[in-house]
Amino acid sequence: MSFDVPEDLRYRESHEWIDPETGRVGISEFAQDELGDVVFVELPGEGDAVEAGGEFGVVESIKAVSDLYAPVSGEVVAVNEALFDAPELVNDDPFGDGWMLELDFDEGELDDLLSADEYRDQIA
Amino acid sequence: MTLRNPPLREVHAERDAKFTEFGGWDMPVEFDSIRAEHAAVREAAGVFDVSHMGEIEVAGPDATALLNRLTTNDVTALSPGDAQYAAITREDGVMLDDTVVYRLPDEERTDETPGTVPAYLFIPNAGHDAEMHERWVDHRDQWGLDCEVRNVTEDWAMFAVQGPEAPDLVAGAVDDGGPDVLDLPKFSATFAPFAGVECWVARTGYTGEDGFEVLCPWADAEAVWALFADDATPCGLGARDTLRIEQGFLLSGQDFHPEEEPRTPYEADIGFAVDLDAEFVGRDALAAQAEAGVEETFVGIELLDRGVPRHGYDVTNEDGHVVGTVTSGTMSPSLDKPIALGYLPVDLTDPGTEVNVVVRGREKRAKVVSVPFE
Repeated sequence: MSFDVPEDLRYRESHEWIDPETGRVGISEFAQDELGDVVFVELPGEGDAVEAGGEFGVVESIKAVSDLYAPVSGEVVAVNEALFDAPELVNDDPFGDGWMLELDFDEGELDDLLSADEYRDQIA
Repeated sequence: MTLRNPPLREVHAERDAKFTEFGGWDMPVEFDSIRAEHAAVREAAGVFDVSHMGEIEVAGPDATALLNRLTTNDVTALSPGDAQYAAITREDGVMLDDTVVYRLPDEERTDETPGTVPAYLFIPNAGHDAEMHERWVDHRDQWGLDCEVRNVTEDWAMFAVQGPEAPDLVAGAVDDGGPDVLDLPKFSATFAPFAGVECWVARTGYTGEDGFEVLCPWADAEAVWALFADDATPCGLGARDTLRIEQGFLLSGQDFHPEEEPRTPYEADIGFAVDLDAEFVGRDALAAQAEAGVEETFVGIELLDRGVPRHGYDVTNEDGHVVGTVTSGTMSPSLDKPIALGYLPVDLTDPGTEVNVVVRGREKRAKVVSVPFE
């Protein structure tokens, strides 16, 4: 099975992505498929600080619970509150409507993340 | 550890099933979506490969006596074709396993012992077959009983076809000239031919829905599975777990375990499967408990706050003291709310009693409810 890995995003080994343009963060298509039906998402609030590699929340599927790790350090400027009522958006559209956070972040840390090609190799 | 493979391991893999280790077996946990599979069973029909379940045959003049002394229910009540739920307990009344006992048609004996003798098939949980076989053989020898005990776990594949459309589906799959299995009452079984193969078909299951469990020879598993898998949704152990939790059904090894969660049938709320008039291992301990009453019992818990309760999470009372543990929990796909099973002190078991479930360090409000959850 092959998974979508958009070229314009950067990835963490633990399967989170960040859009360098918008600062949006979510989990990859591969990750949502591994988790199965997502039923609950716990996210920080606007204004909270996150640290690269630190836990920022939790995503739970029917069968598993998984911590979420921040790809970069920054401040949360928006939270996708739609996920609280419709966590299945993470399954349906992980790179779109299933986004989780929007960060104001330090671009220098992007270099520590995987490119689309590198992430594709990791999940191959 | 090398995992045991069900006969259709590769057939499921070709269908892109995800697998998980369960009871030492490599089993499909999910074919497409647990939520969709769960819904199929509640609304139409699903088919599960449960070939990891154990099968032990017991036959001979003393087969009834042996089963009656090793299971908590009254096996003498069974006529050929009847099924019975029972627990298997040790001397102190703690459950080692739970099981369904089927009485098979009586067996014709050989020249040396003419006539017919009773025969049984019972179904230990995944990974318990060797232990139960040994237990039966040891006790048979110790008590000097005359019967054969055979572990036939890898002779029989087992499929559960469950859901409101399952009865018609299974009845329609019986070969021409076979019995009308729709006539089978719940908890009864018969031999019937499917795809030219003689199978044992029972009106039993573990989802709360009507349906059948079909046992077929391991070598013919693919042909029999194909009869159901086109018209029923193939389901994995993930949906089986959410379905049985909604019903409040026990999972061996998780809701009770002889070392990690030692529980008696009364604590586990399956006292209906105990017949104290039978003389079985653990009977005296259970009689004493029946008289004295239990201190804790198995209940349903519904979370009122957001979160998902999981196995091992603490349950606290209003004062924040730990009073119990979640043994099973999930987000109920049918009810779309977080539900849990676990043991609580009897003074906290009335429906509506407020408790908390500690989800990753945070107390979430919850209340005790009756099962099945609704």
